[in-house]
Amino acid sequence: MEYVSPEGLRLDGRRPMEMRQIRAEIGAVSKADGSAIFEMGNTKVIAAVYGPREVQNKSQQINSHALVRCEYSMANFSTGDRMRKSKGDRRSTEISLVIRQTMEACIMTHLLPRSQIDIYVQVLQADGGTRSACINAATLALADAGIPMRDLVTSCSAGYLNSTPLLDLNYVEDSAGGPDVTLGILPKLDKVTLLQMDSKLPIDILENVMQLAIEGCKAIANYIREILLENTKQLEYRRGV
Amino acid sequence: MFGQSIWKEDKGVTCLHAQNHQIVVHVDGSAFGYLDATSFGGLPRDSGGRWLMSFYREAKITDNLKVELLANLNGLKFSPQNTNATNLTFESWFNRICSFGFRSLSFATRVSLSLFQWRLVSPDGHVVVACFSLPRDLSSPSRVLLGYYLLPHSPNSLTQRKAASSAAIMLHNKSFVKKTKGGKVMKQVREHYLRDDIYCGAPFCTVCDSSSARLSASPSTILVVDTNVVLNQIDLLENPAIDDVVVLSIVLEEVKNKNMSVYNRMRSICSNSMRRFFVFSNEYHRDTYVKEMSGETKNDRNDRAIRVATQWYQNHLGGAVKVLLITNDKENKRKASEEGIFAETVESYVKSLDRPDLLDLLVRPASEDVDMEEVEDLRPSKRKVIYSEHKPMSEVTSGLHRGIYHQGKLRVNRYNPFEAYVGSESIGDEIIIYGRSNMNRAFDGDIVAIELLPQEQWQEVSSLSIAGEDDEDEGDGVHLAPNSADNASRTIPQLGSSGQVNAVSSRPSGRIVGIIKRNWHSYCGSLEPMPLPAGSGGIAHALFVSKDRRIPKIRIQTRQLENLSDKRIIVAVDSWDRQSRYPSGHYVRTIGEIGDRETETEVVLIENDINTRPFSSQVLACLPPLPWSVSSEDLSNPIRQDLRRLRVFSVDPPGCKDIDDALHCHTLPNGNFEVGVHIADVTNFVHPDTPLDDEAAQRGTSVYLVERRIDMLPKPLTEDICSLRSDVERLAFSVIWEMTPEADIISTRYTKTVIKSSAALSYVEAQARMDDSRLMDPITADLRNMNSLAKKMRLRRIERGALTLASAEVKFQIDTETHDPLDIGMYQIREANQMVEEFMLAANVSVAQQILKSFPLCSLLRRHPTPTREMLEPLLRTAAAVGLHLDVTSSKALADSLDHAVGDDPYFNKLIRILATRCMTQAVYFCSGDLSPPEYHHYGLAAPLYTHFTSPIRRYADVIVHRLLAASLGISKLPSVFQDRLQLTSVADNLNYRHRNAQYAGRASVELHTLIYFRKRPTDTEGRIVKIRSNGFFVFVPKYGIEGPVYLTKAEKGSGEWYVDEQQQKIKKIDGSLSYSVLQTVQIHMEVVEPQPNRPKLQLTLI
Repeated sequence: MEYVSPEGLRLDGRRPMEMRQIRAEIGAVSKADGSAIFEMGNTKVIAAVYGPREVQNKSQQINSHALVRCEYSMANFSTGDRMRKSKGDRRSTEISLVIRQTMEACIMTHLLPRSQIDIYVQVLQADGGTRSACINAATLALADAGIPMRDLVTSCSAGYLNSTPLLDLNYVEDSAGGPDVTLGILPKLDKVTLLQMDSKLPIDILENVMQLAIEGCKAIANYIREILLENTKQLEYRRGV
Repeated sequence: MFGQSIWKEDKGVTCLHAQNHQIVVHVDGSAFGYLDATSFGGLPRDSGGRWLMSFYREAKITDNLKVELLANLNGLKFSPQNTNATNLTFESWFNRICSFGFRSLSFATRVSLSLFQWRLVSPDGHVVVACFSLPRDLSSPSRVLLGYYLLPHSPNSLTQRKAASSAAIMLHNKSFVKKTKGGKVMKQVREHYLRDDIYCGAPFCTVCDSSSARLSASPSTILVVDTNVVLNQIDLLENPAIDDVVVLSIVLEEVKNKNMSVYNRMRSICSNSMRRFFVFSNEYHRDTYVKEMSGETKNDRNDRAIRVATQWYQNHLGGAVKVLLITNDKENKRKASEEGIFAETVESYVKSLDRPDLLDLLVRPASEDVDMEEVEDLRPSKRKVIYSEHKPMSEVTSGLHRGIYHQGKLRVNRYNPFEAYVGSESIGDEIIIYGRSNMNRAFDGDIVAIELLPQEQWQEVSSLSIAGEDDEDEGDGVHLAPNSADNASRTIPQLGSSGQVNAVSSRPSGRIVGIIKRNWHSYCGSLEPMPLPAGSGGIAHALFVSKDRRIPKIRIQTRQLENLSDKRIIVAVDSWDRQSRYPSGHYVRTIGEIGDRETETEVVLIENDINTRPFSSQVLACLPPLPWSVSSEDLSNPIRQDLRRLRVFSVDPPGCKDIDDALHCHTLPNGNFEVGVHIADVTNFVHPDTPLDDEAAQRGTSVYLVERRIDMLPKPLTEDICSLRSDVERLAFSVIWEMTPEADIISTRYTKTVIKSSAALSYVEAQARMDDSRLMDPITADLRNMNSLAKKMRLRRIERGALTLASAEVKFQIDTETHDPLDIGMYQIREANQMVEEFMLAANVSVAQQILKSFPLCSLLRRHPTPTREMLEPLLRTAAAVGLHLDVTSSKALADSLDHAVGDDPYFNKLIRILATRCMTQAVYFCSGDLSPPEYHHYGLAAPLYTHFTSPIRRYADVIVHRLLAASLGISKLPSVFQDRLQLTSVADNLNYRHRNAQYAGRASVELHTLIYFRKRPTDTEGRIVKIRSNGFFVFVPKYGIEGPVYLTKAEKGSGEWYVDEQQQKIKKIDGSLSYSVLQTVQIHMEVVEPQPNRPKLQLTLI
């Protein structure tokens, strides 16, 4: 199948190095300490952060660090066919773990000993790249909650189809069966916190694809920073400073 | 740019003032949240502050923002009309600094186009206008706008590394309903981005980026083609006379869905740098994307998209060029004319070009068929339905579901076009289809739906249909003796035109009810001779006869009959009505004179899809600089062993220039032998994913014709850099064994090497050296050692059950000047040939083991399927008739019984072997991941594993195997193709296809030369009867390797006086005076006759 036409356009009209439209909103869940909605094209996720708060299960308390927990789930209506998915299936568990580890790498947990931070992410609408969108949403929500972080973590996926590296795969491209590299970086520190890939890719091509994903992550980071700035300005305005 | 300035006036009201030649439009709108109280209005003022006009409206909208937008929109609509202004600035509640400049005509049209769209897309679509009036300082209201919005300066959401300008993109969701495999109906939503950085492809365009422009600098007309034109008139579009064509992406999309092969041809025209075809992605351009309207069919929507794009082109390029829509759809043409678009049909356009030869390329619309019929068939009442109707697709699919119909690919018998087979998976057997009416207009290679005939008709139908088609059959010609079941006829061909039927037919027969996928392409052949029409130069209707006998005659129209009557031409098929006996088609191009050796050779090449074009400059750029020699880097490379001092030599056919293998053999101190096979290191020069590699992969193999060779790799590689010639240093990939004197392999080593061949021997020379007992030089000693090893290996192989098969290969001596054949004779096989062959086999087997060990799932191997008993049936029948019992239970048993098949004359054994070889299919390449290990077996060689490693210069399979072997040794990386099993499988399929075609072409070339040879030399010779038929028999002539029919009765008369004894394989005269039996020797006379002018054929008659 032709995922990139000879004219250099993808199935949805993007060029190989373009991302989908992204949009973010802070403060979607007022009860939570921090929350955000993040959209990448038709992928839409919501993230809520509770904490830092007292550790609920004392046996899990860590004296030197904060305990970070993460729960990923998909809304039943998030895909085309409405399906009831059992909670805690293999895939969700894995993604929860991936997100937790990614976020833990940037939260300054040593500043918050004996406390707990809960991150809940839910996919409202899935169209490829849910993992990345969840991480981006979680970053925003953590920032909204005022949790100290080393840097913003941002994530973006990239793939390789028709011998072309493609940025930000949507569902159709994702299900083509080609390699799908999900990357998470700390953009200011230039460090990689997450790198996942299904299927195989020669190492030199992987470098190209990764480079593309890094640029995607950085573009997202710029956008997130803008959103945060805007949010701060509004907070400032509301306080009447 | 427009010099806005904000003045503060007395009462603290800020207001925008217009500067010179500017107009400011003040607009406002308001809504109170219920429907009746919404209104908006505005007034444009000039630089002097004068009111130019004013407007006011009420709207049923409850949203403040939308009312404001609507006010802007109306301001846009009214102001230019009433004020003749070209420079407008808008002011309203939310956009204090929003400006519009009507800079150029193109921008103006863009705005008006959007208004047009707004009207179409309403009620919610009116926000398209918001794209133009969205102010810079307003970021949040954009969300309200229901999915249409312009990105307010959004470099952050796009990584635009390449594009200098930031493209404005509109987002829009496409939603459609789709039925899933499980039968569920699901709604699908896809994003669809509309862009403004898609360019028009005209180099003279001032607005667009012209770096990717494809159209010519000053065309008089630009053509936009409709889908039906591309689908039907692809031959016309391929003609270089048609240029400056814009192909819309929607057209390509539709073509792709309808006919993949036309799509590929179209794509190759578009990518050809010589042609001026430009693909315009209209579906992603924000001005040419159209949304499906309610009640509009997909087809209508696409037609509209084509018209909108054509209109866009006309507006975009202005009056400089004429944009012409070429369509054969009447409705589309009518609508186009109504909308003010120039539109023409293909016929009228081609006529306006005044090129009669192009008119021949046109496909006639079906309606013209009527008068053609009358011209051709003078018999009355010819307008009757000849074929039954094809069932509609829905019925076919449901029939297939319910098991009434069966699906498969139709394969027509090469030797009898009235007989075809369909291998059906659903009944696990082949279905036979007899006769044209049962074949119901299907061509060879079509995917068809078949209905089984009732069992009692399996017999009857065949006799009826063949008898009914009497007038068409021309009888079997003389052919080269087939050497495998693949190119032998599948069942017993019917000799001549007698109405006799095979006695046994236990296989199911059926008839075709529908054609699922056509395999029409173009065919080589010539026109059936016919008198010139009275007014020469006018339109003539002629019948085209394909060289490929499986293809029926094709009816064409031509204006150049005089020219074409003695030419080989190419014709494409267009349609086949129920009422016409033959399909209709159109002329594509001329190859040359019939009978001319070069023309006929080209026909052979075209028929077998062999690429004879010279290598492109990109391919040649991949070659190392010439003159090439082994560099010091190669020598110092640790992976490469220096074996230059070793006594290496090669043994090949005389005159061989592409030497890809060399050998060495020396005695080790422990009495064992070290034997090495050195193969040209082609992969050192042909790297994966280069144009050179792609070209070689496409060609697959070199093709050897009688008088020429079509190389797989460019000549410098084939004959110089890779060729292991004597006395030059060359790079090689070597397999080196240590063998005991008993030829047991003790160890195997694979390495890249540098060698220097000390002698390039021919088979004859090598044989002469071995035979000459006086010679004691080292090379001769090596040859003798190797020969004795080879004999032992061969013996062991035969003990394992390898078959010694035989084929009747012939060798021509060609006149160097005229290239005409001087002499032909059987190809002689010497011990030296067998010796080299033995070591090559051993190398291939060793390499196969090595690569399979390292890459069990992605190795390229070669297998030879075990023949089924049914395939061996003809052999067993013949053998039984001469009192010979063959045991075919295993290859070992068959080999043994072939050994024991000794008759009273020396040639008998070979004849039986030839017949046995014919019953088998050919070996094929495959990807090891596709089959299970027991299926890897090579029947003919009795080897569990086999591959091709030893001829990388002329076979691409060997190149792949070289890469696999190098990767398994850790010398190089495994190229990406191996990581994709599907891709590797398709590579293997292509290799099989190319390999088979190369063989067909080689055989056809020999046939052609045989014909040329006998044209001047009628000959009497000895032949052997190989098949008995009802009215004659097939004779095989060993001396020339040909086989052909000998008729005992005249074709017109029945076979009354002869009868066939099936059991004994004999044909006897009724009165018993004469009889011929299978394998009997007969004297025959061979002569070239021309039953029709320009149609020479070789005829065999009994003396």
